[in-house]
Amino acid sequence: MLKNFFPNKILSISNKFINGLVILMILVILVGLTYSLIISPEDYVQGDSVRIMYVHVPSSFMALGIFGFIGIGSIFNLIFKIKFMPLITKSLAPIGTIFTLISIVTGSLWGKPTWGIWWVWDARLTSMLILLLFYIVYIITWKFIENFEKANKISSVVGIIGLINLPVIKYSVDWWSTLHQPSSITLTSAPTIHHTMLIPLIIMFIGMIIYSLIVFLMKYKTELIKFKLSKNKNER
Amino acid sequence: MFNKRVKSRIFFLSFFFFIAVLIIFFTLKTLEDNVVYFLSPTEIHNKSDISFNKKIRVGGLVKMGSINKEDNKINFIITDLKNEIIVSYNGLVPNLFLEGKGVVAEGKLNDKKYFLADKILAKHDENYMPPEVSKALEKSN
Repeated sequence: MLKNFFPNKILSISNKFINGLVILMILVILVGLTYSLIISPEDYVQGDSVRIMYVHVPSSFMALGIFGFIGIGSIFNLIFKIKFMPLITKSLAPIGTIFTLISIVTGSLWGKPTWGIWWVWDARLTSMLILLLFYIVYIITWKFIENFEKANKISSVVGIIGLINLPVIKYSVDWWSTLHQPSSITLTSAPTIHHTMLIPLIIMFIGMIIYSLIVFLMKYKTELIKFKLSKNKNER
Repeated sequence: MFNKRVKSRIFFLSFFFFIAVLIIFFTLKTLEDNVVYFLSPTEIHNKSDISFNKKIRVGGLVKMGSINKEDNKINFIITDLKNEIIVSYNGLVPNLFLEGKGVVAEGKLNDKKYFLADKILAKHDENYMPPEVSKALEKSN
């Protein structure tokens, strides 16, 4: 049932709601940026450079979350061979790559005034760089392997191995001593971010989720059309 | 529930995944000394095979009232509340280098209690708050 129902549903959602989603995203991001850049207070030690966090932290969440989807999608892909699953994970990859890049660049910009250095090879930063490499390898397998089935298998293996990296990134700050600070938002205890700073962070996070959804819907549509075209070509 | 081919794929994949996790776990375990970004004063105190010629990093809190500045020369104490280490450094420090805050110093050990740093990095903690809140907190303490 899932096999035929799901992809068509995505397409109809895409056609119906995409304009509404774009407007919603612009609104949420505008509110989020105003809140984080103007309304929210400066930090007691970092001063204004704390504002970088409002982009850095949600992007990092997105980077990890999207790879999580790709990894789990890859498992389903290899085991159950759901027809359009590869197209979903394939469409997600570039979005995650961009967020990983944003996370690393903004982190670097924050690190210089705060730590006094752009980059260090500590566990958190290195594992994040490894995530970026996984994204790149994942995209490259799709780009350079012509045969769809083959590309699907190899990229899924990349996705599954990359999945192991996610808990390493998440818990690197707890397992080893790192220059990067430990998480401020955890499941087990109250956040150590003051609420005037937590609210803009959450708004920005929602904005980025909507952005990813829009790009995903658009990308998925193109991938589906490309897939069907190449299939027609092969049949002819 | 699943047919035989799906079952064998599940079995194969979980086995593959398990092995991959094991490989990564053992690799990280072996390389732990390199994965750790800095050592605390207590770790240096307890370590028997510490080298005095190799560059290492020491991290902890800057002890309250320990910063001693003379021109460009700075002396301060890194503490983890159990053990302490005196650090001597020549040069500029980052803005967030403050008493009671986190710090990582890179350089060489002179002896187990004295460290010659050639780079100082400030380590920020996970607390974010506006200045008024931090003042109010200080007052109530």
